[in-house]
Amino acid sequence: MNDMTPTREQRTAVLEGMGCKRKRVEDIRFTQGKGTYVDDVKLPGMLHGDFVRSPHPHARVKSINSDEALKVPGVLAVITAETLKTVNLAWMPTLAGDVQMVLADGKVLFQNQEVAFVVATDRYAADDGINKVVVEYEPLPPLVDPFKAMDADAPMLREDLAGKTTGAHGPRKHHNHIFEWTVGDKDLTDAAFRKAEVTIKEMISYHRTHPSPLETCQCLCSFDKIKGELTIWGTFQAPHVIRTVVALIAKIPEQKIHVIAPDIGGGFGNKVGAYPGYICAAVASIVTGKPVKWVEDRIENLTSTSFARDYHMTAEIAATKEGKVTGLRVHVLADHGAFDACADPSKWPAGFFNIVTGSYDFPTAHLAVDGVYTNKAPGGVAYRCSFRVTEAAYCIERAMDILAQKLGMDPAELRLKNFIKPEQFPYHSALGWEYDSGDYATAMRKMMESVDYAGLRKQQAEKRAAFKRGETREIMGLGVSFFTEIVGAGPSKNCDILGIAMFDSCEIRMHPTGAGIARMGTKSQGQGHETTWAQIIATEIGIPADNIMVEEGNTDTAPYGLGTYGSRSTPVAGAAIAMAARKIRAKAQMIAAYKLEVHEDDLEWDIDGFRVKGLPEKTMSMKDICWAAYNSVPPGMEPGLEAVSYYDPPNMTYPFGAYICVMDIDVDTGVYKVRRFYALDDCGTRINPMIIEGQVHGGLTEAFAIAMGQEIRYDDEGNVVTGSFMDFFMPTAVEAPHWETDFTVTPSPHHPIGAKGVGESPNVGGVPAFSNAVNDAFSFLGSTHIQMPHDFWRNWRAAKELGVFV
Amino acid sequence: MIPGPFNYHRPATVADAVKLLASLGDDARPLAGGHSLVPMMKLRLATPEHLVDLHGVEGLKGIRRDGNRIVIGAMTTQHELLASDEIARSAPILHEAALLIADPQVRYRGTIGGNVANGDPGNDMPALMMTLGASYRLEGSSGARDVAASEFYQGAYFTALEPGELLTSISIPAPAAGHGYAYEKLKRKVGDYATAAAAVVLTMASGKVATCTIGLTNLAETPLSAEDAARAVIGTGLDAATLKKAAAAAEAIMSPAADARGPVEYRKHVGGIMVTRALTRAFARASS
Ligand SMILES: Cc1cc2nc3c(=O)[nH]c(=O)nc-3n(C[C@H](O)[C@H](O)[C@H](O)COP(=O)(O)OP(=O)(O)OC[C@H]3O[C@@H](n4cnc5c(N)ncnc54)[C@H](O)[C@@H]3O)c2cc1C
Repeated sequence: MNDMTPTREQRTAVLEGMGCKRKRVEDIRFTQGKGTYVDDVKLPGMLHGDFVRSPHPHARVKSINSDEALKVPGVLAVITAETLKTVNLAWMPTLAGDVQMVLADGKVLFQNQEVAFVVATDRYAADDGINKVVVEYEPLPPLVDPFKAMDADAPMLREDLAGKTTGAHGPRKHHNHIFEWTVGDKDLTDAAFRKAEVTIKEMISYHRTHPSPLETCQCLCSFDKIKGELTIWGTFQAPHVIRTVVALIAKIPEQKIHVIAPDIGGGFGNKVGAYPGYICAAVASIVTGKPVKWVEDRIENLTSTSFARDYHMTAEIAATKEGKVTGLRVHVLADHGAFDACADPSKWPAGFFNIVTGSYDFPTAHLAVDGVYTNKAPGGVAYRCSFRVTEAAYCIERAMDILAQKLGMDPAELRLKNFIKPEQFPYHSALGWEYDSGDYATAMRKMMESVDYAGLRKQQAEKRAAFKRGETREIMGLGVSFFTEIVGAGPSKNCDILGIAMFDSCEIRMHPTGAGIARMGTKSQGQGHETTWAQIIATEIGIPADNIMVEEGNTDTAPYGLGTYGSRSTPVAGAAIAMAARKIRAKAQMIAAYKLEVHEDDLEWDIDGFRVKGLPEKTMSMKDICWAAYNSVPPGMEPGLEAVSYYDPPNMTYPFGAYICVMDIDVDTGVYKVRRFYALDDCGTRINPMIIEGQVHGGLTEAFAIAMGQEIRYDDEGNVVTGSFMDFFMPTAVEAPHWETDFTVTPSPHHPIGAKGVGESPNVGGVPAFSNAVNDAFSFLGSTHIQMPHDFWRNWRAAKELGVFV
Repeated sequence: MIPGPFNYHRPATVADAVKLLASLGDDARPLAGGHSLVPMMKLRLATPEHLVDLHGVEGLKGIRRDGNRIVIGAMTTQHELLASDEIARSAPILHEAALLIADPQVRYRGTIGGNVANGDPGNDMPALMMTLGASYRLEGSSGARDVAASEFYQGAYFTALEPGELLTSISIPAPAAGHGYAYEKLKRKVGDYATAAAAVVLTMASGKVATCTIGLTNLAETPLSAEDAARAVIGTGLDAATLKKAAAAAEAIMSPAADARGPVEYRKHVGGIMVTRALTRAFARASS
């Protein structure tokens, strides 16, 4: 060997494979403003559509007059429900088995609901047209409070469902009831509560909020009359699902629908569902024969497409005096707004909320969820979390703190006492899940040591004493959160969307010179797939990540996949990538054996190629194998080197983490300061530590926003009062706390590379950490639970109600 | 969020601008930085048929000293205010307050003239101008007049500006050397208008407050001058009881609206706290 021969470390480093803090390749175009988003796509003759929206939360639509609007220069058409009825599209199916009005059909059911679609030569003309459409409404009493939805005298919202006693998920108890979903053993759980030495019960609300990605929802539809083909550029987290939905409802053959999701400026669940804007733009393009673009503005985004949360959770825990939990009972009142448009796997009306037993060994549990209609926008999307998992994590993490308070125990100690132990995995939870792997106590203890938990508690005790002596007006809270997520939907045995199993896919094609292209059924919205996917391939087949191009989002070229949300990309598509790469490697091994004139079994893999066992000098690099694949394959073998894999995961993955927030609150103004936030994440195998850290920072910032003020609020009359970033709390770098991140690694035993997914963990674990910090701060003054969001004035109100101003 | 149609004019002199405004009547609005007006137009809450852009008008910019007064041209941006040594030296409270307005992008465009002429109770500069005893020069087709800031604000978006009049400059008597000052603003985040804010300018003599003015932002339909509160501290060493009295006197004149920043009671309560904090800080800064 001469000195120029690279070392094994150098050969590994050059690949920039798994574990490497590889810089994000997509950032080169993003940071220079050179990305291509939907609104950057401009076609000749393109028209623009925009909505007339309802000012009323609940009203009968008596008439719509478009005469004056059609006189506005540039306005070409005004589409109403009547127009859509001619193509049977006035209503559309939702992912949750309900139907939703595309345009107001006789009635409006929430403020800012889509009433008519004005199509014009530019956006200015469209908006001028909107102002000239005259709609006559007859206001009806609005139903705003979900707790009143099932009152006997509550107004009937969904007249289209009148008399229907069964919905998509079973019996309906009331005209505003959508479903009841129950899981667990009721009798056993009731018995546990009868025998309990200690119980707690609290109604814990997780307020309505919104994913509010930087780029709003938008699409550009272009129908080619001659070919009968529809091309849709759109902000889609799941492009293939959109194609299938369009095929099913527009009756266009699926091969003639081309869905392209270009660069996407954030999704967070907002871009999973199908919205009236997509349907209207498609119909408008079919009607006019011109491309039609629809771009939501911020107000429309916040008030019409896809809220998140709005779960009102009554949690009860039964426990022994020593703090061992013996039972969990949860009832959820779920406010779904006017239509049930939750983007959950079809058979899961409350998503995976039955992960609500969290990280604790509950011998028994029972859960019931009632979904109701109200006069609010539809949605119920998974805002940076797996389906309803953040609600569940918030519920159990608040409830555990409340139990600790009742027992007079430290909340960290209570958690340590009840954790599922490492030897219990795979663990079967009382509500039906099989947790794959975890080492909770190690993660918890690492967190406690890293922040000097005992020292912080001591400081808090001193500060409380000083507060009682009148020496300070500041109180201090420690928010502990230990979450277990359930991500990677999902195994076909329990997950589908509209009947399509929730597998995902990857296709890899290697080119002769040792480069390649890989395509997936997922779609990055900023997660950095182009970077990380190439890293998995680099490690698996020994080709530098820089030589692998990753492409997503074009349904004509990408293999069918279910898209990116619910932290499913790494658990599902990540596995498909490894499996496809392994198929490539298997064929490569046969080619190498042929070229090296040995038996396949005499070869072993070594970083970037094969070597003959016992003869380390006899090697063939993957690069050379690629070349050989195109000119000298073994007799009888097809040339080329490509593979495709569709991966149906055997189980979900269960990332977990230990977070703590240290907060100080000025009781006089309610102003809080996050002194410290430490987040330890265990997402199994870590593909790119830098991207993980970035994901954690982003998710924590959203968690901070949600817990401390970000809400979609309706007044008593049903007006939405948080329609812009002035009032919808969107923190800037100034408000966002400093984040400290840490990790442990407990690989998933069933995943090909052991990875579990991380993008959503910080939102799931972060919200309870912030809320627990606020609640912990106030607890010594006698409160047990203060509802989110914890913005300044509400903190002041809490202080006032606890009597600190006397 | 798309404005309606409008015509755009760009006059070169104050005379031309005034003439345009007079001839176009009620349907015309001056356009300064556009950071209050354009958002309203995007929501179609304002639908002017004519915009008279003041950016081409000569002589509306700049900060100069005129004897013991500071004169600021209406089209001077918040950023220029922040960059000015004259302001930092003679009226540092303006510097402190300008830094609390919106964010750098807005401050590069937004003007002091637009801020004080707008009449939005959320704007920070008006209460400051009242606290400093400033006056505004208004020019219309019938000539120029000076109106004291304390006389200018009549209601939300309702000011002493007559149709066709332009606000061309602001004149501020330079506060006494060694004065104490502070602007305390509680807001939910960067870029937010005040939940409550208080401006204090005071002077001291032999350890006691000699003169004091207090202004309040976003605590009523117009900026307020808290005169009783100011009187309560004059002649005192600002002991705890006095601070409490001053805060109570200020709270008594507040009538904020309930909004997402909080209910009325909260906004008054923190309004009182802003007064207390501004007084305390101004007092500590002043030299006797
Ligand atoms: C995100 C954001 C946050 C903000 N936060 C704050 C804040 O915290 N505090 C604050 O004080 N402001 C805030 N503002 C408002 C900002 O300071 C504006 O720039 C200011 O209110 C108006 O100044 P302008 O030059 O932009 O005026 P414009 O918007 O152009 O005009 C405002 C009004 O004044 C009239 N006008 C303007 N100039 C004259 C003149 N010379 N004579 C007569 N009439 C005139 C216009 O016709 C219009 O009616 C914020 C704005 C934004 C967009």
